Amino acid sequence: MTLTAQLPALQVVLPMLTAPLVAFLRLPQLSWLATTVASATAFGIAVLLTQAVLGTGTLDYAMGGWPAPYGIALAIDEFGALLLLIVTGASTIALLAGKASLDQQIESARQPLFYAGWLLALAGLSGIVMTGDAFNIFVFMEISSLAAYMLVAGGPDRRALTAVFKYLIMGTVGATFYLIGIGLVYMMTGTLNLADMEARIAEVADLKPILVAAGFITIGLALKAAVFPLHAWLPNAYTFAPHAVTVFLAACSTKVSLYVLLRFDFFVFQGNLERHDVQFAGFLLPLALLAILVGSLAAVFERNLKRLLAYSSIAQIGYILLGASCVSLLGLTAGIVHMFNHALAKGALFLAVACIGVRLSRLWVDDLAGLARQMPWTLAAFVAGGLSLIGIPGTAGFISKWYLISAALEQGLTGVLTIVVIVVSSLLAVVYIWRIVEVAYFGSRDAQSPPVSEAPLSLLLPTWFIVIANVYFGLVPALPVDLASAAARSLLGHLL
Amino acid sequence: MTILLAVFLLTMLVITAVAIVRTRDLFAAVMLLGIFSLLMAANFFVLDAADVALTEAAVGAGISTVLFLGALALTAARERESGDSRWLPLVVVVIMAATVVYATFDKPALGDPNAPVHQHVAPWYLSETPRLIDIPNVVTAVLGSYRGYDTLGEVFVVFTAGIAVLFLLGSGRPGELFSRPPDELSTGGLKHHLIPRVVGKLLIPFIILFGLYVQFHGEYGPGGGFQAGAIIAAGVILYALLEGETRALAALPESALKVMVIGGALLYTLVGVVCMLMGGNFLDYSVLSTNSVAGQQLGIILIEAGVGLAVTGVLLSIFHAFAARATA
Repeated sequence: MTLTAQLPALQVVLPMLTAPLVAFLRLPQLSWLATTVASATAFGIAVLLTQAVLGTGTLDYAMGGWPAPYGIALAIDEFGALLLLIVTGASTIALLAGKASLDQQIESARQPLFYAGWLLALAGLSGIVMTGDAFNIFVFMEISSLAAYMLVAGGPDRRALTAVFKYLIMGTVGATFYLIGIGLVYMMTGTLNLADMEARIAEVADLKPILVAAGFITIGLALKAAVFPLHAWLPNAYTFAPHAVTVFLAACSTKVSLYVLLRFDFFVFQGNLERHDVQFAGFLLPLALLAILVGSLAAVFERNLKRLLAYSSIAQIGYILLGASCVSLLGLTAGIVHMFNHALAKGALFLAVACIGVRLSRLWVDDLAGLARQMPWTLAAFVAGGLSLIGIPGTAGFISKWYLISAALEQGLTGVLTIVVIVVSSLLAVVYIWRIVEVAYFGSRDAQSPPVSEAPLSLLLPTWFIVIANVYFGLVPALPVDLASAAARSLLGHLL
Repeated sequence: MTILLAVFLLTMLVITAVAIVRTRDLFAAVMLLGIFSLLMAANFFVLDAADVALTEAAVGAGISTVLFLGALALTAARERESGDSRWLPLVVVVIMAATVVYATFDKPALGDPNAPVHQHVAPWYLSETPRLIDIPNVVTAVLGSYRGYDTLGEVFVVFTAGIAVLFLLGSGRPGELFSRPPDELSTGGLKHHLIPRVVGKLLIPFIILFGLYVQFHGEYGPGGGFQAGAIIAAGVILYALLEGETRALAALPESALKVMVIGGALLYTLVGVVCMLMGGNFLDYSVLSTNSVAGQQLGIILIEAGVGLAVTGVLLSIFHAFAARATA
C-alpha cells in the first residue's frame, strides 16, 4: 500500500505513538518540541486528507483489513476533513504560541506528562472525527475527555480542580448517555457501523428502544457539546485551564461533539424516524436561540476576561445549532462554516488572552486598564478577533452571519424571530467586546502597578497569524464554505 | 433456575446501590461498591459473558476498591452533610430509569436466537473465525483482531488515566514518578498481623500464576491482557498491603513500571505500524507471516502482551501515586 492510502490511519496513530515516547522524557524542552512536531505533522496529514477528499470524495479505511461492519472502518468526508483541519490546526497553533505561557503555568518537571496528555487529547479528538463506527466514537471520546480533564486541571489556580471535577462528572454522564443509546441501537440492529446502522434501522425504526436511544444519544452529546441549558461545566473549565489549553479546547472540543451529534442524527435517525426532522428542529431551535441570548447576556455582565469569552462560546455554540436546526442546505452550511469561523475568532481572542496572561497574573476586565499603550500589538489582535466574533464585513465571522441570515430568510415567520435574535446578540457582542476595548484603550493604568512590556514575539506571531487568517477567510471564504456546503449536502442526502 | 438467580442478584444490586447512596460513611461506601462490582460480575456470568465478568471482578471489586481506599487515606472518612436537596437528583434518576424500562418494552426476549444481535455480524464471526484466525475463543478474535482498533483505544484510555493521575499526584520532581516522604518512613503494612500476612503471602504466587494463565490462555478460554493485567496488579498490591508500599516498590521499581507502561502501549501500536510497513492496513496481522492465519495468531499474542504490560504498569503506577501521597 502507498503512504497516501495509509494517511487516515496515520492521522490518529502518529500522536498516539508519540504520547508514550514523550511522557517520561527527562527534558521538558524536548517533550514540547516532539509534541509540536507531531501536532504539525498531523496538521499536514489533515491538509493532505482534505485535498484527497475534495478530489475524490469520501475516503474509507478498513482497520485491520476487515471489511465493515465486521471490522472498524474509518470514513472521512468533507465534514470530517473540515473538523480535522480545525482540531489539528488549533492544537498546532496553541502549542507554537503557548510555549512561553505553558512554561510559566506548568512546572517543568510535570511538563512531559502534560504534553503526553495533550497528544492524547489530539489523538482522541481526531479519532472521533475520523471513525465510521459508533462504539469507536465512544472509545476515542473517553481518551479525549480524560486527557482534556487532565489538561484543564493543570492550571496553576487550585480552583481548576473543582472546575474540572464538575467537567468530569458532566462529561461522564454525557458519555454514559451516549453509550446507553448505542447499546439500545445495537440491541435492535446488531451493528455498530454507522452506515450499516442507517440501512438496518429502517425495519425497526419507531420501536421504543430506538426512540429512547435517539433521546439518550442526542442529550448525551448535547451535554458534551455544552448546549444550553447543559453548559454549566464550561465557563469555569475554560476559565481556570492553562491559557494555551483554553485556546486548544475552546477552538475544537465542543465542536467535535456537535459534529458527532449532527452525523448521528442525520445519518442514522433523520431519514428513518417519522417526523424526526421536525422534532429535531422543534427541540433544538428554542435551545439555540436561548443559548445565544443567555450566553451573550452573561458575557455582558461578566467581569472575568476568560469567563466572559467562555460565555460568548456558549452563545456561539447556539449559532452552530441554530443553523443545523433549520434542516436546510443553507442552514447546515451556515452552522458548519461557523464551526470553522468561530474556531478562528475565538482562537485569536484566547491567544490574545494568553499574551496578556504572560504579563498579568490577574485577568479581570478592570486589570486591563490602559494596557493598550503597553501592549499595543496584543490589544490590536484582541480587537481584530473581537470584530470577527461580532461579524464585521471583511472578517470570517461575517461569512457565518451572512449564511445564517440567508438561511433564516427561507424560514418564514420563525426566520424573522431568528434574525431578530441574531441582530440582538451581535449588538450584545459589540457591548462586551467594547467594554474590554474601552478599558484597555481609554482607561488609565494604576500608577503603582509595575510597568508591563509587550508579549514575547513567539506568542505574538502565531496570534497575528490567526488574526490574518480571520481576515483572509473573511475575504476568500471558498475553502470552508466549499467544505461546509458539501458536508451539508451529504448530511441532507441521508434524508431521502 | 437461572431466572431466579438473576432476579436475586439484581435485587441485591439495587439494595446495594441504595445503601451506597444513603451511607455517609465513605469507608462503608467503598466496601459496598466492591460488593456491587462482585454482584455485577456474577450477573455478567449468568448472562454467559465470562470475559466481562472476569474483568469486572478483577477491576471493579479488586483494584478500584484499593484505589478508593488509597484516596480515602488522603481525605476524611465521612461525607459532609450538604444542604442541597436530594429530591431533584432523585427525580432525574427515576425519570431516566423509567425511560430505560420503557425502552425495554419492544426489545427482543433474552436469549432469543432471532434477535438482531444474533442475526447480523455474530454469525459471521462464528462461522469465519475458524477459517480466518483459527482460535477457539471468538471473543478474543473480535477484541484482538476484528475490533482490535477499539482495544488499542481502550489501552490508551487506561494509559491516559495513568498519565493523568501521575500528572496530578506525582512528585513534581524531574525523573521521579511518585512523591516520597523525606526520611523513607513509609514502611507500614500489616507487619504485626501474623495471620493475614502468612495467608496473604501464600496466596500471592497463585494470584500471579493465575494472572499469567489468564494472559496466555485468552485464545482458548475467557481472559486476555486486560483481565490478566488487573489480576497481576492485584497480586502486587496485596504484597504492598502486607509488606508496606516501599517494599513493593523495591520489588517492582519505578523504572520497571515506566518500561511496562510505555512498552505496553508502544508494543500494541508498533504491531499495527509493522503491519503497515509490511504492506497491510493498520493492525492487519495477516501480513505478519506468510500464512495469514499464523500471522493473525502471532499478532493477537503480541498485542495481548502489550495490553497486559500496559494495564499492569498503569494500575500499579496509579496505586503507588495514591499510596505515596497517603504516607507523605
